[in-house]
Amino acid sequence: MIQVSHLTKYYGARSAVEDLTFEVAKGEIVGFLGPNGAGKSTTMKILSGFMPASEGNVTVAGFDVTKNPIELKRSVGYLPETPPVYGEMTVEDYVEFAAKLKQVPKTQLKKAVTYAVDRTGLGPVRKRLIGNLSKGYQQRVGLAQALVHNPPVMILDEPTVGLDPKQIIEIRELIKGLAGDHTVILSSHILPEVTATCHRIVVINRGKIAAVDTIEQLTSRLRKGLIYSMTVKTPLIQGIEALKQVSGVQSITQAGPKLVIEMRPGGAEIRDQLVEIAVAQKLGVLEFSAERVSLEEIFLQLTTEERPA
Amino acid sequence: MIRNTWVVASKDFKSYFTSPIAYIVIAGFMVIMGWMFFFNLSHFNMQNLQYQQFNMGKAASITDGIIRPLYGNMNVIFLFLVPFITMRLFAEEKKNKTIALLFTAPLTLTEIILGKFISSYLLIAVMLALTFTYPIILMITGNPDLGPILTSNIGTLLLTGCYLSLGVFFSSLTENQIVAGALTFAAGLFFWLISWATQSAGPVWSDILMYLSLISHYNNFSQGLLSSTDVFFYLSFMFLGLFLTHRVLDSYRWR
Repeated sequence: MIQVSHLTKYYGARSAVEDLTFEVAKGEIVGFLGPNGAGKSTTMKILSGFMPASEGNVTVAGFDVTKNPIELKRSVGYLPETPPVYGEMTVEDYVEFAAKLKQVPKTQLKKAVTYAVDRTGLGPVRKRLIGNLSKGYQQRVGLAQALVHNPPVMILDEPTVGLDPKQIIEIRELIKGLAGDHTVILSSHILPEVTATCHRIVVINRGKIAAVDTIEQLTSRLRKGLIYSMTVKTPLIQGIEALKQVSGVQSITQAGPKLVIEMRPGGAEIRDQLVEIAVAQKLGVLEFSAERVSLEEIFLQLTTEERPA
Repeated sequence: MIRNTWVVASKDFKSYFTSPIAYIVIAGFMVIMGWMFFFNLSHFNMQNLQYQQFNMGKAASITDGIIRPLYGNMNVIFLFLVPFITMRLFAEEKKNKTIALLFTAPLTLTEIILGKFISSYLLIAVMLALTFTYPIILMITGNPDLGPILTSNIGTLLLTGCYLSLGVFFSSLTENQIVAGALTFAAGLFFWLISWATQSAGPVWSDILMYLSLISHYNNFSQGLLSSTDVFFYLSFMFLGLFLTHRVLDSYRWR
């Protein structure tokens, strides 16, 4: 549905995005993840036809962004960082204006407006001036504008920024509900955001793609070796030493009653053995678990250190 | 093409009335015009009375005594008011980032610019229509020549269109409305006063300056003459203003 190849964008001499290549399949939700200023917004502006690229090809829904910009824009719903809403209009008038701009046929205008308003939960405020609404509602109005013409592709730039937790969950559910019929790209610098909604993530840093993968794949790829943590009642020295002797254990660090056991990568499954020894050594096991590498860690690894290719 | 342009134009036209702009501009315009009409009329009547009293022959016609000064003054007032009408058109959209909605909608840049231009033109048309009361009053009480009234309206509409195109252009240059308005006023005044230099300029230059002057092309209209040269000048002035706007906004997308 979306093909981006060798996309580069210069602002003057400075490049904001460099040689970006990725694809998004129909019905997928893809998250754009990166620190502030990584080039997420720039990429999304180019994908939506708002801004021309300096180099490279972008095709959305089968339309080239430079050759068929009008057709491309008709099949894209774009929510910019700042929702493009007019404070002096009512919600309903605004959504209707957006529908007309996006050339929704006259006969379906009412239906399209009702659909977008209901879908984004704006029903109760439809007659109110947008300028008097809270940031969260304004964000939803922006979202309503993006989906009023039922576009196959939706590009959402930080859709949940400035919302309260309840609204965030609602918007996430809304976006998840869009998958299947719509192809969605959304950007975020907040990680749980992406884990909660996206099938696949594109990690972008300093204008370059750092990784494109599913969340599970990324997690396992970057896990440097399993880490188990064991909380014990009596952390006896000889008991810890005995655990260290188990093959596959790289190191054990002790912090009070908590033992962090780092394994060598690619080792066999030995959790059983570890617990048996701990019990035999009378350490008094209270808790034993495998630590998960969080997305934050993946993110930091990808964006802070230069990974060997 | 027409539908898209109209969507933009009607939305912007309505928003003049959902904000105080339209009411303030129209009210100010009508107060000043009313005062001017009253002043012209009473002055004209007094003069006529004096001419009759002292048997000095025929006084000036209604056209020369009332219509021409009335529309001449109206053009000056529009010069002052147009910046307030046009300054927000693009500057506000840029400032509030709502321009993203227009630029990512399936519209061409030409449609967007024409829509904005037409919305401001419609407001001017409403204001001009409200001044029809003055010729109607004259027609009820006297017997004015309708030709000059008609051409004065056409001329005013065309001249004001030139101010509007300047306004649209300057509004596209900046996201600061005050800057856009001030530049519009300065440029309008410049193209108005440019004919002053004709007296001191050489023969060729004086012709060029005279041709470029917005007001010199208005003279024929005020006398009831409709000349294709003047119409062409005004239309090409508007076209140039809108064309430059197109260039500015096209390059804005690149930044």
